[in-house]
Amino acid sequence: MDREELKALAQVELDQQQRFRCRILCCMSTPCISSGATAVFEALQDAIKGGQLDAEVEAVATGCMGPCSRGPLVTVKTEGEEDVIYEHVTADLAMDILDKHARKASVPSLDRVVLPRDIPFFSKQVKIVLADSGVVDPERLESYVARGGYTALANALREMTPEEVCEEISKSGIRGRGGAGYPSGLKWHMVRKAPGERKYVVANGDEGDPGAYMDRTLMESDPHRVLEGMAIAGYAVGAEQGYVYVRGEYPLAAKRLEKAIRQAERKGLLGNRILESPFNFRIDIRMGAGAFVCGEETALMQSIMGRRGQPVPRPPYPAHKGLWGGPTLINNVETFGNIAAIIGRGAEWYASYGTEKSKGTKIFALAGKVVNTGLIEVPIGITLREIVYEIGGGIPGNKAFKAAQTGGPSGGCIPADYLDVPIDYESLARLGSIMGSGGLIVMDETSCMPDVAKFFMEFCMDESCGKCGPCRGGTVQMHRILSKITDGCATMDDLKKLEELCLMVKETSLCGLGQTSPNPIYSTLRYFRAEYEAHIKDHHCPAGVCTFPRKGELTFNKVA
Amino acid sequence: MPVVTLTINDKLVSAQSDKTVLEAARDAGFEIPTLCHLEGLTPRGGCRLCLVEVEGVPRLLASCVTQVQEGMVVRTETERLHNYRKMMVELLLAERNHVCAVCVMNGHCELQSLAAKLGVDHVRYDYLCPDLPVDASHERNTRDPNRCILCARCIRVCDEVEGAHCLDMMGRGIHCNIITGMNQEWGKARSCTACGKCVQVCPTGALFKKGSSVAEMEKQREFLIWILDGRDKKVWHWSR
Repeated sequence: MDREELKALAQVELDQQQRFRCRILCCMSTPCISSGATAVFEALQDAIKGGQLDAEVEAVATGCMGPCSRGPLVTVKTEGEEDVIYEHVTADLAMDILDKHARKASVPSLDRVVLPRDIPFFSKQVKIVLADSGVVDPERLESYVARGGYTALANALREMTPEEVCEEISKSGIRGRGGAGYPSGLKWHMVRKAPGERKYVVANGDEGDPGAYMDRTLMESDPHRVLEGMAIAGYAVGAEQGYVYVRGEYPLAAKRLEKAIRQAERKGLLGNRILESPFNFRIDIRMGAGAFVCGEETALMQSIMGRRGQPVPRPPYPAHKGLWGGPTLINNVETFGNIAAIIGRGAEWYASYGTEKSKGTKIFALAGKVVNTGLIEVPIGITLREIVYEIGGGIPGNKAFKAAQTGGPSGGCIPADYLDVPIDYESLARLGSIMGSGGLIVMDETSCMPDVAKFFMEFCMDESCGKCGPCRGGTVQMHRILSKITDGCATMDDLKKLEELCLMVKETSLCGLGQTSPNPIYSTLRYFRAEYEAHIKDHHCPAGVCTFPRKGELTFNKVA
Repeated sequence: MPVVTLTINDKLVSAQSDKTVLEAARDAGFEIPTLCHLEGLTPRGGCRLCLVEVEGVPRLLASCVTQVQEGMVVRTETERLHNYRKMMVELLLAERNHVCAVCVMNGHCELQSLAAKLGVDHVRYDYLCPDLPVDASHERNTRDPNRCILCARCIRVCDEVEGAHCLDMMGRGIHCNIITGMNQEWGKARSCTACGKCVQVCPTGALFKKGSSVAEMEKQREFLIWILDGRDKKVWHWSR
């Protein structure tokens, strides 16, 4: 396939879509499926077939539409009318939707489940990575091509040198979306210049932070966007082999990626001589086996090579010596999701979003005590207040905002005083948190901070790989002290011991998991020290969460 | 091999450029404590005891995996490092059941002597007291996970030197454990060549030769019966 054929394919698909008077898009990503989207979609398909509507109405299985807690979601696109989104759709409601839009019947009961499109949840978002999510059918290549898919790859192969591609990425100012925020352009240049016969491109889809599901959604909803980004990266750095490392708990994402790879190979968009150019690039999937630490790049590479998923000391960095000793470019799935847009629409356009030092948009998984939970894509530099009170719709039950937790077990809590700080890599670091992969958990006054810290420390303790002593033993001891605090039987000496341990584990651990594991304690101690002291000195939990057990019922007595 | 000059604890030291900071420091007479490192095995960087401060680097670096560089300024003994090493040894002592008084390695143990050298006179953290079974199924050696510090020297020597790869690591975090033959009893692990290299590299009493531990002396009093039966009844106990 060459560029002209790609255009022709897009045109055929567009013509096909225009033949339908009404297109009913059903979200078929994991959150909606778990609330019953499959039944809705099948009922729609049957009804369309049974009602002889197949010539004018189409039911399409798409990816995520955003407000996941309101699923199953259905969007109806009717010719000459505005799109309508329905929430909490059931198979019965789907029949009403069909009556209303396909048969033009009046169904007033449907108004109840219409989700207005002009609420801040939608209007405040800027969709670059998720632009096609919820619109295209992730299991059909043509659907992505019709939205302009793979033209960025075609243009890069035809009109740009690998140096120019790397330069474009540098100019866009995009930084790694996995959490640390390393400038992607710099990394790409490094891998391109690194000597080595065989180079590799790896997409890190081992997202494990509690409450975060940005990568899963992207892989499930728009797998071709990730593949296109990887292929462009392969061309830019001189790699012929790519791997997508998919978390073991994401079977649907792996299935859709696998299907997407096969489709792209069949059309000559992956494999040998891509788009009639001399560039070859293959992509394979590697599944994780359930270890959080495999999201760390060196452990991830060990896992891809079939070894025990444990981090190894850096340097050498993967950019110099990675998979099987070859220079390896590792980026997050979301970073690759940005690439096609940057190459397709230009670095300057991309850099117009975001702040001076952090460009573009970031996807957050909004969770916790907010009215609208779900997946949002916002320009970097937006304030926490806008996310919580406008997009999130505020705290339910008129409760007060207490803190927002970003960055998962490696991040920290941001208290209400800093609601107006623009969210970017630097300002979050100054507040003692990190951008992280994009989990954002909102907490109200009913959350107890030592208890929150204990939750994250338990996570780190369970997920520590056990290779280095400080993380293996330190996380267990920190968790025990936190348990003593929430059980009301700690002393001020324990608190001092906890702080010493935090510093030691942070400074001496081998990899990022251990080094950042004390962050939840640090940030809660920094902003909510009084709460810790209330537990210790007054045996009182200000949030009313911790129950102080009697002797013999202490939870910290359980051996880790 | 080109030679570089670096400063270790205010002393100018020269070393070949492919050496690690640990090697250069030891050549120059500075002691850096290690537990997972053993000359002859690939470095692992896991025990974190060999951490050193390098000027201009914000993080502490594991000297066993850090190559020397021209002009490097290294400190191996600072108060901060001493405190951290002490805490690390305390964490190791707290996580398994290290009871020197009944250990075959008492007096020769690397963990014990390191603790003594660092001045660990008590452990500030809770003992976790895990319940770990001893594997004495092997004809020659015994593995006692209660004394293991998970340095993985045994795994590396079995893989890299003996080439058997009978030993490996299972589980994660605090539940890590050394296993033999894909988690079979050691005596049943057919990949074990009984070479004993793992026993020799183990820094503690976690792997030891049979017959060397407390209460392992067994007396074979049956010999009297064998001799008497042969002499008086002409019955020979050949099968013994």
